[in-house]
Amino acid sequence: MFTCGIKSLGVITVVALFSGMIMALQTGIEMMRFHLEENIGTAVMVSMLREMGPFMTGLILAASVGSAIAAQVGTMVVSEEISALETMSIDPVRFLVMPRLIAMAIMTPILSFYTCVTGVIGGGIVGVTQLGVPWWTYFDNSTLFATTKDLYVGLFKAFLFGIIIVIVACHEGFSASQGAVGVGIATRRSVIASFLAILIVGYFVTKICYI
Amino acid sequence: MITFENVTKILGQKTVLDGIDVEIKDGETFVIVGASGAGKSVMLKNIVRLLTPDDGRVMIDGDCISEASANELETIREKFGVLFQSGALLAWMSIGENVALPLREKTDMDETEIVDRAREKLALVGLEDSFHKLPSEISGGMVKRAALARAIVRNPRIVLYDEPTSGLDPVTARTIDSLIEQMRRELAVTSVVVTHDLHSALAIGTRIAMLHSGRIIELSTPDAFIRSAEPIVKGFLESQYITKRGSWEGATK
Ligand SMILES: Nc1ncnc2c1ncn2[C@@H]1O[C@H](COP(=O)(O)OP(=O)(O)OP(=O)(O)O)[C@@H](O)[C@H]1O
Ligand SMILES: [Mg+2]
Repeated sequence: MFTCGIKSLGVITVVALFSGMIMALQTGIEMMRFHLEENIGTAVMVSMLREMGPFMTGLILAASVGSAIAAQVGTMVVSEEISALETMSIDPVRFLVMPRLIAMAIMTPILSFYTCVTGVIGGGIVGVTQLGVPWWTYFDNSTLFATTKDLYVGLFKAFLFGIIIVIVACHEGFSASQGAVGVGIATRRSVIASFLAILIVGYFVTKICYI
Repeated sequence: MITFENVTKILGQKTVLDGIDVEIKDGETFVIVGASGAGKSVMLKNIVRLLTPDDGRVMIDGDCISEASANELETIREKFGVLFQSGALLAWMSIGENVALPLREKTDMDETEIVDRAREKLALVGLEDSFHKLPSEISGGMVKRAALARAIVRNPRIVLYDEPTSGLDPVTARTIDSLIEQMRRELAVTSVVVTHDLHSALAIGTRIAMLHSGRIIELSTPDAFIRSAEPIVKGFLESQYITKRGSWEGATK
C-alpha cells in the first residue's frame, strides 16, 4: 500500500511545484505594486502549510489511491472474493480496510509535508527568476511568520484526509454491484464523495483551529 | 446434515427460491442442476449464510445457520470449504499464498506445516508447479483448480462446489470429478455440487436435484434421474444428448 503513495509522487511534485509558482506569481504581481514582493515567501509558505498542501495532496490521493482502492474492493465484491473471505471467517474489514487505513493515515501527512516543501521551492523559483527576490530573502521571509501550529494543523488535516479517502473508497467499493459497470460507478462515486468530504472537513478544521 | 426448511429467497422482484425443502445427508454428493438463473448459486449461498432466507431456515447438523450469531456462524463455517463459480482467488497473492491463507489466518500451524499442506493440496489438483504464480498468470481452469485446493485446505467436512468443472477441458473436468468422488469415499466428505455438466452430475452424484422456477422439480438417484418422466428434466437431458438408452444416441438420431 505504501507503494500507492509513492506512485503518486510524480504527480504531486508537478502539481505542488506549479501551484507554488502560480501562487508566488499571482501574489508577487500584486505585491510588486506596493514594493512588497519580498513578502511572497510568507504568502506561499503559510497558504501551503495551512490549506493548499493538505488539500492538494488529499485531492490527488483521492483521485489516484482512493479510486484504486474503490476499484479493487469493488472488483473483489463482484468477483465473490469478499464472499470467499467471509466463508473462511476472515473479516474483510480487518483484512482489507485496516492495512489501507494505517498506510494512508501515515502516508498522507508525509506527502502533504512534501507538497508544502515542493510548493515553497516552486514559489522561490518564481521569486528569484521573475520577481527579483533573492533566495535567502525568500526563505528567511517564508520561515519568519509560519508557526509550528500551521505545520501541525496542516499535517492533522492531511491525516484526516487520508482516513476519509480510505473509508469513502472502501465504503463505495463494498457497495459495488452488477459486474464491471458497478465497479466503475463505485470508483467514480468514491472520487466525488471524497473530494466533497475533503473540502468540507478542511473548512471545519480551519474554522475550529483558527477562530 | 444440511436441511432446507421451507427456504424462500426473494432477490429484487424475483422469488428465486420458493419454499425449498430438502435434506442433504452426511457423506452424500448432492448435485444441483438447472438452467442458468434458476437459483442454484443462491441455494448454495444460503447454506453458508452468504445469503439469509427471507422465509424458512437452513440447518447444519442441527444448528440453525440462518439465525446464528457471529460467533456461532464462525464455528459452523469451519465445517465448510466453498468453491466459487469464478474461483475468487485474491488477485495480489500468489496461488500458494491463496491456498495457505485460511491456514495462516485461522489456525496456529507453523510456517513449514502451512506450506507443506498448501503444496499437498495443490498437488492434488495438479498445480504443484504454480505455487509462486499470480492468479492473473494462470488460465481460468487453473484458477478454478487452485480455488478448489483452497476450499479443501483445512480438510472441511462439507464442501460446496459452484460449477467445479465449467471452463475446464474434459480431461481435467474428469480429474475434478474423481477428486470429489475420492473425498466422498475415503474421507466421507459431504459435497453439494452445482453444475451444468450432466455427465459429471451422473458420474459423481449420489442424488441429483433439478431446480426450476424456484422449486425442486426432480430429486432422485442418477439412475432414476435419467428415467424421469418430468418434461423439463427430459428436455434438460436431451439437450446434453443423454437419453435412457445411452449417452450418445440422441446425437446421431
Ligand atoms: N444480488 C442479487 N440481486 C438481485 N438478483 C439476484 C442477485 N443474485 C442473483 N439474483 C437473481 O437470482 C436468480 C438466480 O441467480 P443464481 O446466481 O442463483 O443463478 P444460477 O442458477 O447460479 O445460474 P448460473 O448457472 O448462470 O450460475 C437470477 O435470476 C439472478 O438474476
Ligand atoms: Mg451460478
